[in-house]
Amino acid sequence: MICVKNLSKYFGDFAAVKELTFDIKPGEVVGFLGPNGAGKSTTMKMLTGFLTPSGGEIRIADMAMDQSAQMIQQKIGYLPEGAPAYGEMTPLQFLNFIAQVRGLKSGEKKRRINEVVEQVELHEVLDKPIDNLSKGFKRRVGLAQAILHDPEILILDEPTDGLDPNQKHQVRTLIQNLAKDKIVIISTHILEEVSAVCNRVMIIAEGKLLFDNTPETLLSKSRYYKAVTLHLSYSTDISGLAELPGVRDMEVEQKSGRVTLFPEADTDILHLVTEHIQQRKLPVDTLFVENGRLDQVFRDITHGSKE
Amino acid sequence: MINVLFKRELASFFATPVAYVFITIFLILSGVFAFFIGGLYERGQADLLPFFNFHPWLYLFLVPAIAMRTWSEERKNGSIELLMTLPITTFQAMMGKFLAAWAVLGLSLLLTFPLWITVNYLGNPDNGVIVAAYIGSWLMAGAFLAIGICMSALTKNQVIAFILAIVVSFLFVVSGSGIVLDAFKGWAPSFVIDTIASFSFLTHYESLAKGVIALNDVMYFLLLMALWLYGGLLIIEQKKAD
Repeated sequence: MICVKNLSKYFGDFAAVKELTFDIKPGEVVGFLGPNGAGKSTTMKMLTGFLTPSGGEIRIADMAMDQSAQMIQQKIGYLPEGAPAYGEMTPLQFLNFIAQVRGLKSGEKKRRINEVVEQVELHEVLDKPIDNLSKGFKRRVGLAQAILHDPEILILDEPTDGLDPNQKHQVRTLIQNLAKDKIVIISTHILEEVSAVCNRVMIIAEGKLLFDNTPETLLSKSRYYKAVTLHLSYSTDISGLAELPGVRDMEVEQKSGRVTLFPEADTDILHLVTEHIQQRKLPVDTLFVENGRLDQVFRDITHGSKE
Repeated sequence: MINVLFKRELASFFATPVAYVFITIFLILSGVFAFFIGGLYERGQADLLPFFNFHPWLYLFLVPAIAMRTWSEERKNGSIELLMTLPITTFQAMMGKFLAAWAVLGLSLLLTFPLWITVNYLGNPDNGVIVAAYIGSWLMAGAFLAIGICMSALTKNQVIAFILAIVVSFLFVVSGSGIVLDAFKGWAPSFVIDTIASFSFLTHYESLAKGVIALNDVMYFLLLMALWLYGGLLIIEQKKAD
């Protein structure tokens, strides 16, 4: 549904996006990950027709962006970075304006506005100027605006930035509950968000696509993936753990005294470790399997690109 | 679609104090100019010429003030990104903004009606002339506005937009004034002087203010509006994101 070929964007000499190529199909919830200034927002701005690419091609719903931008924009709901809105308007006036621009007829307009106000819980601020709202509410007004016309494609630039944990949860639930045949693209710095809502991850750094796969695959790249971490009540000889078959490495964290056992690739070591503990009667009070650490994978991938 | 954008822009003028302050200042200043400097009473003539004669100078400062926010503010707070990713064309956005601000200017002019009533009470003015002068003044205001909007499209800084608009408008006003034309007289051939004078708001407004609606004066202002708005349109399309 979205086809991007060799997409590039230059600002003067600076290449913000270099030769991006990807396809996104309906049903995919894509997370754009990347350091600040990596080109995530620039890519989104080109996908929404705000910026003109310096090179390459964007086709959405079988239409070329440079020829039928308006037709494409009707299918897209977009929350720009920082959720800009017209501050002097109230959320109700603002949503009314957006609905009119989107061409919703009066009956449907009312119904949709009620629905989105319900979905993002805006009731209490409907008649206050947007300028006077808290950051969380402003963000929710931006979200409401983006989903108002029930778009087939939803592009959200940092949708949970500045929200408290409850509101973040709410936004994630909202994204998960969107119809399953839609395309959702979100950009974020929050790594957990990706595994929480996305079924596809794209890591972009310095304008290049460095990783494009599922969140699980991303996690499995972590050294901590399926590693076993345990803690002992009092110190005792644990050298035997490191010699178990399938254990590649053992690390003891000095401060907390936590022991982490790293498995060889694609090996489950939990059962071996627990057997060993039972046999030796080791005084283990904590034991868990690591999920993989996204921050570390993220650092590896994005820093690797510089070297 | 222009109609939806127009309504939003117009509402935003009145949701903030901008329109009220503008209209108030306009009414006070135009009154002050007409009575104290133009000598509306002292002339002893039942017309509004002293009132209309000061409009170019009044617009020179007031119209850039109302035009400066049109695009600069959108750029500053990022809402331009929202606006330009809605399924509308830049042309529609531009027209919505222009027509809304022009409507505020028109409303300001309409609210000077007590002056009209006054001269009608005091004597028998030629009301056709006055209507024509009002139309002429509104057309000229539109030209000032188009310049201001184009300058506003250039920058996200409203102060810069304001100053640029005044400078450019000033050039268009003074190119017909005696000082500038005198500087050319004596050495430049007369067609040069005529050309310079023909660029001036003053030259074209003069006859309009006297009630003569000549096609070339009307066309001049309409063309100027179209050109400056088109310039602004190109600027926005070129550098939306800066």
